[in-house]
Amino acid sequence: MQARLGMNWRALFVSPWAKPVVVLLLALPAVWLVYAAFNDLLGANPAEALTRSTGDWTLRALCLVLAITPLRVLTATPALQRFRRTLGVGTFVYACLHMLCYAWFDQGLDLNDIWRDILKRPFIWLGFSGLVCMLPMAATSFNAAIRYMGVKRWQLLHRLVYAVAVLAVLHFFWMRAGKNDFTEVAVYAAILASLLGWRVRQAIKNS
Amino acid sequence: MLIRTAPDVANSDFPSDITSQTAYLNRRQLIQQSMALGLFGGVGQAFARPSVVAPGKLPALSAKHIDMDGASANDLLTAYTYASTYNNFYEFGTDKADPMRNAHTLKTKPWTLEIEGLVKKPLRLGLEDVMKLGAMEERIYRMRCVEGWSMVIPWIGFSLSTLIKHADPLGSAKFVEFVTLADPKTMPYVGSRVLEWPYVEGLRMDEAMHPLSLLTFGMYGEILPNQNGAPLRLVVPWKYGFKNAKSLVKIRFTEKQPATAWNKAAAQEYGFYSNVNPNVDHPRWSQATERRIGEDGLFNKKRKTLMFNGYESQVAALYSGMDLSKNF
Repeated sequence: MQARLGMNWRALFVSPWAKPVVVLLLALPAVWLVYAAFNDLLGANPAEALTRSTGDWTLRALCLVLAITPLRVLTATPALQRFRRTLGVGTFVYACLHMLCYAWFDQGLDLNDIWRDILKRPFIWLGFSGLVCMLPMAATSFNAAIRYMGVKRWQLLHRLVYAVAVLAVLHFFWMRAGKNDFTEVAVYAAILASLLGWRVRQAIKNS
Repeated sequence: MLIRTAPDVANSDFPSDITSQTAYLNRRQLIQQSMALGLFGGVGQAFARPSVVAPGKLPALSAKHIDMDGASANDLLTAYTYASTYNNFYEFGTDKADPMRNAHTLKTKPWTLEIEGLVKKPLRLGLEDVMKLGAMEERIYRMRCVEGWSMVIPWIGFSLSTLIKHADPLGSAKFVEFVTLADPKTMPYVGSRVLEWPYVEGLRMDEAMHPLSLLTFGMYGEILPNQNGAPLRLVVPWKYGFKNAKSLVKIRFTEKQPATAWNKAAAQEYGFYSNVNPNVDHPRWSQATERRIGEDGLFNKKRKTLMFNGYESQVAALYSGMDLSKNF
């Protein structure tokens, strides 16, 4: 019975529908936010709600994408690997939406103001650096890029995601620092730290 | 009290108060909506704007309209829904929707205000006695939050100076400290590490005596909802919103500058004065612009923040000769 159930959930991951379903699930928060924005469902300050939600979803997607490899190894489910790229690109898309919300609703798309703000405020600077670190990974997120670069170099480049995780948590920490309100920051930091910690342990074990 | 208009007029203590609060706000809203219609030419815009009239669930508080420089901002009023659901009141949680959800536990009856420190005679006043000290006035003030958003709220109360004169402070009193309720039984987040409790605010004596500094008991023609700082709070319109201490239990006259809650939590971010100032940025964001809640659309550029929140002509003299970037 247990074996059958186990086989069934693994079978779900290799179904041709699995990827479209993951894409759809990833898109749901964004679709909801657009719908809510046009139907006045975001409360008194829609600009703030949109910027914060897209930031939250970037962090959540980042946790998910970094959880793929540990989950794959720990549960012996190689099929999970199929979703890593989808989740990675999803994280990048939410990060871009987050940046767009900030640039548009907070800075009125004034490039001078945005640039000055990035240079002036470490909290903005950290978030922006995280996005910049994502760019080379997003630009090489297709098979031809892996073939062209070679797996080794491609993997090395994509270790940038660890820097992104650190920058994202610091960005969030700094944003909440003024209110000494670190509960949520601590949750994300703990998740990301344990996911990175697992990799460090693996690396030590394999060396 | 379903029909409040007639009793309001009949019971009015002020002969000049011939227009009831509700009727006045209704009329004001009509004018504003027709203006909105004319300005934007969009029917949807006018009808989409939530009401600036309180829903009538709380007791009415009538007030007279006064003619005083700065007492009635010409800006569009913020919808009651927004003013009563988007609040910073950390005793009830740090999310802006938390106070509206959690503040129903606040017990405002009976309520006592203590007056102590450098006064001839310390006082303990019941809320009713405090309310009798002055005639209720409506003040339409801009409220600029340090976080970069603003509202326009019709408050009801009287100048804090009325209470201070009644308290009769000694000549040595240089500052006024405002202590707010910190009751862990009714305020679920008192004890959280965000701030030191009770929440304390302070003003220099001349700031406290300024006629625009308002001891506030109501808004939108009614008594204050719990989440907005019932039953009495401070409103100082030229300062960032967090200076407006809510649910006051103690007013203390001191010689030394009071240690205020946000200043203790992050001195480099929140100064004692905290006057609205577009030229002095918060370390983590610019204070040059603000978003007017409910009015500035998502795609509009934020509006420019005014020096002293637009009350420069009334209050700038209080700070002449002071370096406002040092005394922020």
